[in-house]
Formats: sequence, C-alpha cells, structure tokens
Amino acid sequence: MATTTTEIEADIHAHDDHNHGPEPGLMRWVKTTNHKDIGYLYMWFAFSMLLIGGAMAMVIRLELLMPGLQYVEPQFFNQMTTMHGLIMVFGAIMPAFVGLANIMIPPMIGGPDMALPRMNNWSFWILPFAGAMLLSTMFMEGGGPAFGWTFYAPLSTTFAPDSTDFFIFAIHMLGFSSIMGAINIIATVMNLRASGMKLMDMPLFVWTWFITAFLLIAAMPVLAGAVTMMLTDRNFGTSFFDAAGGGDPVMFQHIFWFFGHPEVYIMILPAFGIVSQIIPTFARKPLFGYSSMVYATASIAILSFVVWAHHMFLTGMPVAGQMYFMYATILISVPTGVKVFNWVTTMWRGSMSFEIPMMWAVAFVILFTIGGLSGLMLGIVPADIQYHDTYFVVAHFHYVLVTGALFSIIAGVFYWLPKWCGNMFNEKLATIHFWWAVISVNVLFFPMHFLGLAGMPRRIPDYSLQFADFNWIASIGGFAFGLSFILLAYIVVDCIRNGKPVKEARVWESAKGLEWTLPTPAPYHTFTEEPPRELILKESSHSAH
Amino acid sequence: MQQSKDQYYVPEGSYWPIVGSIGMAFLLGGFASSLHGSGLGAGLAVLGLVIVVFMVFGWMGQVVSESEGGYYNQQVGKSFRIGMGWFIFSEVMFFAAFFGAMFYAREFSIPWLAGEGNNMWTAKLLWPEFSANWPLVKMPNPETFAVPSALVHAWGIPAINTMLLLCSGATLTWAHWALYNKKRDQLIYGMIATITLGVIFLGFQAYEYAHAYGDLNLKMTSGVYGSTFFLLTGFHGFHVTLGTVMLICILMRIIRGHFTPENHFAFEAVAWYWHFVDVVWLGLFIYVYWFTG
Repeated sequence: MATTTTEIEADIHAHDDHNHGPEPGLMRWVKTTNHKDIGYLYMWFAFSMLLIGGAMAMVIRLELLMPGLQYVEPQFFNQMTTMHGLIMVFGAIMPAFVGLANIMIPPMIGGPDMALPRMNNWSFWILPFAGAMLLSTMFMEGGGPAFGWTFYAPLSTTFAPDSTDFFIFAIHMLGFSSIMGAINIIATVMNLRASGMKLMDMPLFVWTWFITAFLLIAAMPVLAGAVTMMLTDRNFGTSFFDAAGGGDPVMFQHIFWFFGHPEVYIMILPAFGIVSQIIPTFARKPLFGYSSMVYATASIAILSFVVWAHHMFLTGMPVAGQMYFMYATILISVPTGVKVFNWVTTMWRGSMSFEIPMMWAVAFVILFTIGGLSGLMLGIVPADIQYHDTYFVVAHFHYVLVTGALFSIIAGVFYWLPKWCGNMFNEKLATIHFWWAVISVNVLFFPMHFLGLAGMPRRIPDYSLQFADFNWIASIGGFAFGLSFILLAYIVVDCIRNGKPVKEARVWESAKGLEWTLPTPAPYHTFTEEPPRELILKESSHSAH
Repeated sequence: MQQSKDQYYVPEGSYWPIVGSIGMAFLLGGFASSLHGSGLGAGLAVLGLVIVVFMVFGWMGQVVSESEGGYYNQQVGKSFRIGMGWFIFSEVMFFAAFFGAMFYAREFSIPWLAGEGNNMWTAKLLWPEFSANWPLVKMPNPETFAVPSALVHAWGIPAINTMLLLCSGATLTWAHWALYNKKRDQLIYGMIATITLGVIFLGFQAYEYAHAYGDLNLKMTSGVYGSTFFLLTGFHGFHVTLGTVMLICILMRIIRGHFTPENHFAFEAVAWYWHFVDVVWLGLFIYVYWFTG
C-alpha cells in the first residue's frame, strides 16, 4: 500500500466533499467506515445468530416437551444448551447492543461518526469469522462443546472434545472484537461529543453504553486469560485447573465469573439506556431522576466487579466469603431499584400513549423486574442452596436476558427503525407481534420458576414424571415465542421495503434528542458540524429546558 | 492541504480489516487444527500469521502516509491516544488474570490441598503426603509433573533484567525529550539505546528459559508455579518482543524524518506501551521471582 504524494493529494481533493453517499456495490459493506453501515451489519449479524441460537432453543424445548428421551442424544442435547447460551450471549445480545451503539451514539452526541472508524469496521468483521469458527465445532469429530456456556474446568479441559480448542480461539476473537468496539465507544463519547454537550447533558443511552464500555475493557481480557489457561492446560501440560499440580478447578470458576458477572451487566446496562430513552418520549415528561440514573448505572458497574462468587455459593467457599458475596449482591438491588422507580415515576401522571416501542419498554420494566426479584432470591445463600442449578436459575436469567435485554433491543429497533429507513412499520402487525411474543414468552419462562422450586435440575434432556405438565406448557410457549421472530423479521423487512414513508424528522411527536433533529431517513453522514449548545439543551430528554 | 484540519475527519473505506480477519481466522483455526495432529494446520497457521503481519504493515503504512499527508487533525490524534490508553488498560487486565491465578494458587488452592482451614479431609483423601510450599516444587502428585531441582534466583538474571528495562524506560524518555527539543542525534541515540536494552533483555530471558528447562527442570509442566511462571514471563516476553519491533519501526520513521514536537502520536503510543511492559515486569520481578517465600 505504498501511496505516492500525488495520489494523496488527489485523495485529499476527493475528501473535500464530505457529503458523498455510500460506495456502490457489495464491497461497500466490506470496506465501510460509516457508523450506520457498520451498525446495520451488527444488527443483521445479531439477528441471524438470534435465529440460529433460537433454533437450538427449539431443539431443547422439543426434547423437553415430554419426559423420556425422544429426539436427540443426551450428548447432543448438551451441545445444544451450550451453544445456545454462547451464541445468544456472544453472537446475538452483545453484537445487537454494539450495533445500536454504533448507529445511535454519533447522532445522539452530535458527532460525525465513531472516533476510530476503520477499527470499528474490524470489530464487526471479526464476528462472522469467530461465529463461523464457533459453529463449526458442532461438525467436528467428537461434537461441539457440551460443557455449558460457562465451560467449567475440568469438563472443558480434561473431559472436553478436541473441538474445544476451536471454541477457545472463537472466544479469543469475539473478545478482541468486543474490546475494540468498547475502546471505540469510549473514544467517541469522550472526543467526538459536541463541545456544547457536557457529560451530564448526555442522553442515558450514551451514558449507559459509556459505562458498559469500561466494563467490557476490564472484563473481556480476563475471559481471554481464562480461555488461554484452558488452552495451555489442555495442550501444554500446565496445571492451572488441576489439583494434582497445585491448581484448582474452582479457580476457573473464580476467573470465569470475574468476567462473567460484569458480563451480565454488559448485557443489561445498554438495555436500561434504551428504555430510559423511550419512556420519556411516550410519557411526554422529562426522565425522572436523570442524575440518579447516571450514578445508579455507575454504582451497578462498580459493584458488578465485586460480587462474582455469588455464582459459586455451593463450591465450598468459607462462610465469611458467602456472607460477603451475599451482602454485596443484595446491595446491587439498591441502584437497580432506583432505576425501576425512576421509570415508573417518569410514567406517573404523564400523558401516556402506547405506541409499539412504549409497549415493549413497559413490558421490559415489568418483566425485567420479575427477573430482578428472582435474582434477589438467588443471591441469598441459604435459599440459593435450594435453587442452585435448577430451572429457577434458568427462569431468572431468561427473564433478565430475554424479557430484559432482548426486549429492550426490540423496543429500540421499533423506536429508531423509522428514523433509520424512513418508513413506518405496520403498526397493526407489530401490535399482534407484541402480544404474541409477550404472552408466549411468559408461558415459556414463568413455569420454569415452579419447575426449579420443585427441584428440576437444569441442563438435562430427561426428567421425572412430576415435572411433565409444566415442561409441556413451557415448550408450547417456547414454540410460539420462537415463531414470533419470523413475524418480527417480516415486520422489519416489510417496513424497510414497503413501509409508509415518514416525512417528519421527529418521528415520534414528543421525542427529544439530537438524533431527532436529523432528517428522516437519517443521512449517510451524521453531523458534519457540531450542533450548538442551545439546541442540545432544547433537545435534552431529561431536563425541563 | 491543511483544509481538513477544521472539519471532522472520517477515513475512507479500507480492505485491511477484512484481510486482518481472514488472517486471524487462518492463524487461530490452523493453530487449533495443528494441536490435533492436522498436518495442514501448521501451514495454515503460518499463512495466517503472514497475512496478519502483512495486514499490520499495510494498515499502519496507510495510516502513516495519511498522517504525513496532513489528513489528520488534533481530534484524530486525541482519538488515537484515548484508544491506545484504553487498549493498554485491557492488556493490564489480561495480565491481571494470570497474576490473579498465581495469587489464588499461592494463597488458597495450595494451602487448602495441604489441609488448611476445614480442608483436612481434602488433604487426607487426596494427597496425604503433600505439605504446602511456594514456589511449588513438590506438587501434590509429583509423579505426573516435572519436579524442578531449583528455582530461578531473583538476584541473578532477573535483577539484571530489571535494571535493563528500567534503564530502557529512561533512555526512551531521554529520546522523547530530544524529540520535543528537536535534538535529532539524541533522539536517534536514545531510540537505539532503548532497542538495544530491549534486545539484551530478550536475550537474557531466552538464556534463562534454556537454563530453567535444561538445568533446573523448571518447566511449564512443573505444576502451578511453573505454569504461572512461564505464562506470565512468556506473555511479558512476547510483549517486549512486540514493543521492540514497534520501537524499531518508530526508529525507521524517525530516520525518514517523520514526527514533529507537536505531532508524534505513534512515538507516544509506543512509549506508553514500553512503559506498561516495564511496569508489568516490576510486578513479575517482585511476585514471581523475589517475594516468593
């Protein structure tokens, strides 16, 4: 790539025109440095992975429809639970949030693009390769990873199939991508924010992502360390997780959850941000308690690094350790409660209207709170002894991750989709889809609480007869919920291709924020000049200016 | 030519990221295959490495020519600095995982295996002969591990290496001053001195490894001390190697007349990286070699 001076000069002249549109042809998507292009790539990738991971969930629910072994071998069932978890966490939820950050942060902060656009492209273009490597393990001799998404040693070291090494490198690549994405978001928020926008003027979606990015940078390298130790334990004779050499399998769990607990906040803090954008719009009131929202987000982030061993209450840790991790965990419910009450108070006496994004946001607040409350139950040591490794845990984290994280992503897509493509979606179909999904998801996950409390263990293909009825109900709900995503795909594609054009810049009449001052559909290049401070204050969704 | 300075700068599209992804997939996929006896795997890994190296030089080359061509403004430089700073922080967390593993083994798993606290039965039932020791030379089950006859003494090569790296940090700062004050000769000598010290460090480290493997029987397979010793010092040595290569690239750019007192992000980034590698070494010297008792 030796470029001569004349070429550079010619290039600079080409650069004078900042309003050029996208490059024609498919290579646009490969070479792109445009934050929206990259964001859309992230979203489509995440949606494809959601369908693949969802198909695996369907296999799981099919096998669990009735007691006994019907359709799949136990080993394959274990591969399904493992890959379902890994794909949903690393392939669907995280990339979808990074995609939303890419599309929305520059317009929200009055910036031109992401701060490091080529690195942004690389963050995305690692993902398809990493995802392919992860999925390829299923077709290898010995099958794919079957040790659960938490890949505890020694299941993932001594007793794992050869394909585990491909899994390890897939995790390395995914982590590398996440770290670069997080660095980019931090640099964008710190450096490309309009100079008239102070930190406490930032919309909450920007704040929550800014804080999430720090979590990613601190947590993902630790995961890289954990899988590296696995790699050397498996192949080069080290004994990190081997007691015979002075190591400890429990040490794996400590390192994993030191990453893993911040990870669960990585998957929920941006969701808080999205919901905090949507609710004020449709309650027609400024967000209640903006600064407490910011401090609560930061508190949750800090606490997330000191509570990891609540996933390990049953590993035989000293009672003092159990007590500390229990109290620290319960402490998180304070800032989380602040958030939930702030959302409710924002809605209180507002001029509420229930457009599709608002319905999803309200569903989020209610259902995420259910997931949060079951999390409190799990955080209590004596209770956790009963709940540990049962379907209660499965119910808990699906309420936070599906009706929490995923619902917020769907809410965000419906909220911003008209701005992205310039068309309104079919609201009638979207309403049907909303009720279909919300009812079926509860039919799917709510009975799992009862199953867990009754003692049904997770990650098993077969179960005792007394669990049959609730499993049948959950499976029916699961199939219905799975089908709802085909309707979602139809609604989105139909909106992009045939939707009724939206002319207003402010798609939702009371939406506030700089992103709504841009024309609809959003121009290829976002702000080419910084918006002035008066506009920023006028568009603030949290102050009464 | 300076037009872009007052405006936002968004770089044009590039093929380098996808080239990098393909290289990375070949490198890691090939390496994983080679671990399971695939003859093709090693070849693929080497091919992947070549592609990645090609990508790094190509990508950086493009950035350097854009920078020298006057495309970049202060804002781009600041984004680069923020990016490099937080990248280094992510590296700190990577090392923290291995330091954490070492402290955990030393403070928890080894005493517990020897029966400390309420772990009496762990010790009685698993390896009753085992007593806690650190650095671990007598493993709970010595039969399956390489038992070292001695350890690397802190006040030999490691102490010399500490001095080398600390000096290299000083020479690099000396070079940085020279860059600010436009003293070209001092700048080049400072860089050469830093690189030389880095290379000597790596030479000593290689000698120490040979000594540990050949004479002391201290290996990666020597239980958890050997594991943490070689992974910590190994990753550190890898970072020193990368840092040295980057310093050489910077020296070559200096010789070509790049960098001004106002505009030398690449120099700064590499200097930060080098100081970070220094600090990690201090942690290693103290906790891996010195305070082991």
